[in-house]
Order: sequence, then C-alpha cells, then structure tokens
Amino acid sequence: MARYRKSNINPKRFDISQIKIILIILPLALFMLLPIVFIFSHAFKPMDELFAFPPRFFVVRPTLDNFYKLFKATITSAIPIGRYVFNTLLVTLAVVIGSVFFSTLAAFALSKLKFKGKHALMEINNAALMFVPVAVMIPRYLIINALGLTDTYWAMILPVVAMPVCLFLIKQFTDQVPGSLIEAAYIEGASDFKVYRKIVLPLIKPAVATGAILSFQQVWGDIMSSSYYISNEALRTLPFYMNTLTSTNNTIAGQGMAAAAGLIMFVPNLLLFIILQSNVMNTMAHSGLK
Amino acid sequence: MKINKKLTRRDNNINAYVFLAPYLILFTIFIMIPIAMAIILSATNFNTLKFPDFIGLMNYVNLITQDEIFMQYVLPNTITYALIVGPGGYTLSFLIAWALAQLSKVPRTILALVFYSPSITSGVAMNVLWRILFSGDQTGYINAWLIKLGIITEPVQWLTGSSYLLTIMIIVALWSSMGVGFLAILAGILNQDETLYEAAAIDGVKNRFQEVIYITIPTMKPQMLFAAVMAIVNAFQNGMIGVQLSGSNPTPGYAGQLVVNHIEDYGFIRYEMGYASAVSVILLITVYAFSKVSKGLFTEKGY
Repeated sequence: MARYRKSNINPKRFDISQIKIILIILPLALFMLLPIVFIFSHAFKPMDELFAFPPRFFVVRPTLDNFYKLFKATITSAIPIGRYVFNTLLVTLAVVIGSVFFSTLAAFALSKLKFKGKHALMEINNAALMFVPVAVMIPRYLIINALGLTDTYWAMILPVVAMPVCLFLIKQFTDQVPGSLIEAAYIEGASDFKVYRKIVLPLIKPAVATGAILSFQQVWGDIMSSSYYISNEALRTLPFYMNTLTSTNNTIAGQGMAAAAGLIMFVPNLLLFIILQSNVMNTMAHSGLK
Repeated sequence: MKINKKLTRRDNNINAYVFLAPYLILFTIFIMIPIAMAIILSATNFNTLKFPDFIGLMNYVNLITQDEIFMQYVLPNTITYALIVGPGGYTLSFLIAWALAQLSKVPRTILALVFYSPSITSGVAMNVLWRILFSGDQTGYINAWLIKLGIITEPVQWLTGSSYLLTIMIIVALWSSMGVGFLAILAGILNQDETLYEAAAIDGVKNRFQEVIYITIPTMKPQMLFAAVMAIVNAFQNGMIGVQLSGSNPTPGYAGQLVVNHIEDYGFIRYEMGYASAVSVILLITVYAFSKVSKGLFTEKGY
C-alpha cells in the first residue's frame, strides 16, 4: 500500500516540522507588526522623547501626556469632544445595525425564497462587489444634495448601509442552512418573517458578526463623508476632527497628539476583530465566488 | 396536498420583495444611480452652477488628447501602482495564508491577526504612522537610521519630494493589503478535504509545490476569485494614500497622483464635474475589466 504522507494542512497540534514555517514567516510578521508597535509606542512618548535626536523607536518612559493634550486641545475648540464621540458612535451604530439587518433580510430572500428576478439580482450584487465607491463620489455628492441630506446624520449613514460584500457573504452563509429545516417550519405554518427570525437568523450568527465587523471597519475611520457632505462642525465625526487637529498641528507636539488619536481610532477596530475572529473565519470559508 | 400548495405559492413569493426592499432601495440610490449619473454626466460640461450642457464624448477625447497630467503622470502611476499592489498583494496573501495553514491553531490565529491588522489601520492611524516614519528632516526615523548606517549623508525628502513617493505608496499599500481576501484564502485552505491530498499522493504528486498547483488552488477557485476581486477593488479604492502621505492634492510633482486623486482634483477642487465623471467612468471600467480577467482565470469552466 502506498505510504501516505499527511498533508500538514490544519494540524491539530504543534510539532517540530512547523518550526521551519514559523522561522520563515516570523521576520515578515515582525516587519508587518513594527509600524503597529510604533503607533502604540509613539502615543505614550513624553515630549523630550518625541523631540529626541537621534529619534528612538520605543518609548522609554511612557506617559499619558499626549492623551491629556489631545483632550485639552478639544476643550478649547468650539465643539466639545463628547459631541464628536457621540456623532461617531451614532453614525457607526446606525450603519452597522442597518447594513446587517438589511443584508440579512435580503440574503434570506435571495437564498431561501423563490421569486422572479432572483438570479438577476444575485448577479447584479456580485458585479457590485467590484464597485469602487470613491469612483462615484461626485454623483453621490449630487444625490445627497438633491435629497436635502447635506448636513444631516443621514448623509453619513445612508450611502454606506447597502454594502455588496456584506450581502454576498451573508447570502453565501445562509445557503448552508438546511432547506429541510425551513420546509418543516413552513409546514408548521410559520410565516416568512418568522422563519427568518426564528430559524435563519440564529443559524447565521457568524455571518452576522462578519457583516457587522466589515461595516464597522468601513464607517469607523471614515473621514470623507464628514468632509464632503457635512459643513456643520457639530455633526462631524471623531476621525474627521482628529484628522484636522493632527494635520493642522504638524509640529512635534502635534505628532504626539496625532499618535494618541491614531491609537484611539485603531484599538476598538482591533479589539472587535479579535473578539469576533472565529466567526469571521467561519464565514470566510463560504466566501467562494463563481 | 398542503405541501404542494405551499410550494406553488412560494414559486413567486411576493414577500421576497418586501425582504429585499430596504437593501435594494439604498443599493439603487447610492450605487446604481450614481453609476448611471457618472455615465450621463461624463457626456456633459457641468460646473455645478449651470445646468449641464451635452458635449458628447468630448470629455473622453480631451482626457486622451489634452490632459497631459493624466497621460504623463496619473495613468502610468496608476498602472504601476495597481499592477504591483493588486497581483503582488494577492500573491503575498496566498503564500502567507498557505504557510499559516500548516500551523496549529494558536500560533496560526496570532500570526493571522498580525498580518491582518495593518489592513484596518486606515485614516488617522495611517497619517500619523507613515508621515512620522518618513518625515523629511533628519529627525525622521527612516532618515535617522539610514544616516546612522552610513547609507545616506543628507536627509531625503521621502514624501514631499517626487522621487520616492510612489515607491513608498506601494510599500504601504502592500503592507496593508492582507485584508478580507487574505482571510478568505486562509479559510479556504483550512477547509480543504484531507482525502484529496491522500488521493493525490497515491497519484504521484510528490512535493508541496505540486500539491499547491494541482490541489490547493484548483479546489478553492471560488475563494481565490473572491480574494482576487477584493484585491483589485482595494488597490483602486486606496488611491487616496498618496494625498494622505504627502499632505497635498495634487501630490508633489504629481508623483503619487492616481486616478482617484485626479477625480477629486477635478470634481471638488476645480468643480469640473463632467470631466471628473468621465475619469470616474474610466476607473469603473478598469476595475470591472480587471475583475473579469481574474474571473476568466478562476472559473470552473476552464477545467
């Protein structure tokens, strides 16, 4: 019998043969990690270390000075920082909930209901995966103007709620829900909405988490919608404010604040991904595009 | 029978449209109509104040024949950038995902996180990080190191000069290219059927390289295609990084000017919306064409 050598894909536990892969991949991983470490390190540097010459990569005496300065700078500005935080949280939450809710509804219909035009709609959405939002920033701007949404929260929320990638991934995942389960529910007399609520939604939680994280990433650090559609300072978001703060203060002191701001924007994103990563991987297994 | 009746009712279930409506309405208003508008506006002269005049294909003709900046800088820059960042980032994603798939769960998850995290450092973090590292005076980190190592004697204007901007943009883009597509490839490899590899070993597949070519890639073509589309879209979508890094639009000497910046330059700085729309249409067609090419490479029919 032919002696079969195991493929080594997805091994259950660590063994010696994995060391050579780690040795190859580790230098690359360190290179990838270094800039991230730098943001952390820089944000905690006291003034003299930011000024130090020659510059030092790692912080020696970490302090929270930059964070204090950042918050002090916001006190002297016309709008209190709480307002920016509130705006960002409101917009982010609305986009995440909206895009996940609408995508799961649409995914349920596309995956489990029979209707005319289903195939065409799926094709259109698949083509829209290739859509590059920045290419249509001008028509979007004109539409938002025409709808009278300029200077409202809606201008930052509505354009990004329909996210083709989000629908695509959730729909692919919903395809895995066994038809027999749904059939049984219909025989029991459940309505379409009840099937969606009670059967499909609980089974596609990993895809819901993935959709949420993707839409979160899209909206959380977004600067463009605040700058194009909003002229009322009180409605702008935290990343926009931090960006103006850090690009107008391009001094060394500004650098420390900028790093602190960068860290504040980056950490929630990272934490959310760490918490949800197994869900994301589960969803990605069904991400095939034919 | 009751079941049959249910099934026929569900052959064209009106409720489906209710489920689809919220998504479809927003999809139409903010994706479909903007694309249609871009196409229509691209045939006009429109400065946002006066009603657009129809000028046919003049914008496209001007783009090709008159716009020296587009032909001399924007187009070559975009092609160089997209060809390196798209396929380069994609190959890198595949190789790293393949290597990580051979590790056990804990080290794999940690390393995957390390490779993925740069892709989420958008906006503010991006500005801070690279502008400080590549700062043009001698206190800039890269300058200080290179001077210390004796490679250069004078500080280099990394971002504010025109010589290195595009290279730095490509490095930064590659660094942050392991996003959703990378995760899709990793998940695809991890979910492969072990028995395929057994069968292949019996059929005479000898080494890892053959395994990758004959089994790993062919069995996960759909994931590979999804990742390819994501890589292409990202390469074009991140077109703002030149402006972010150098802090100005146009970028110094147009060295980092990509199609996206050209659209912004004409649309929001000069208010020539018709012309900018023509550039947008070209961008959309380019992305679509690239995606079609990768679709050709990865569809099942070829095999």
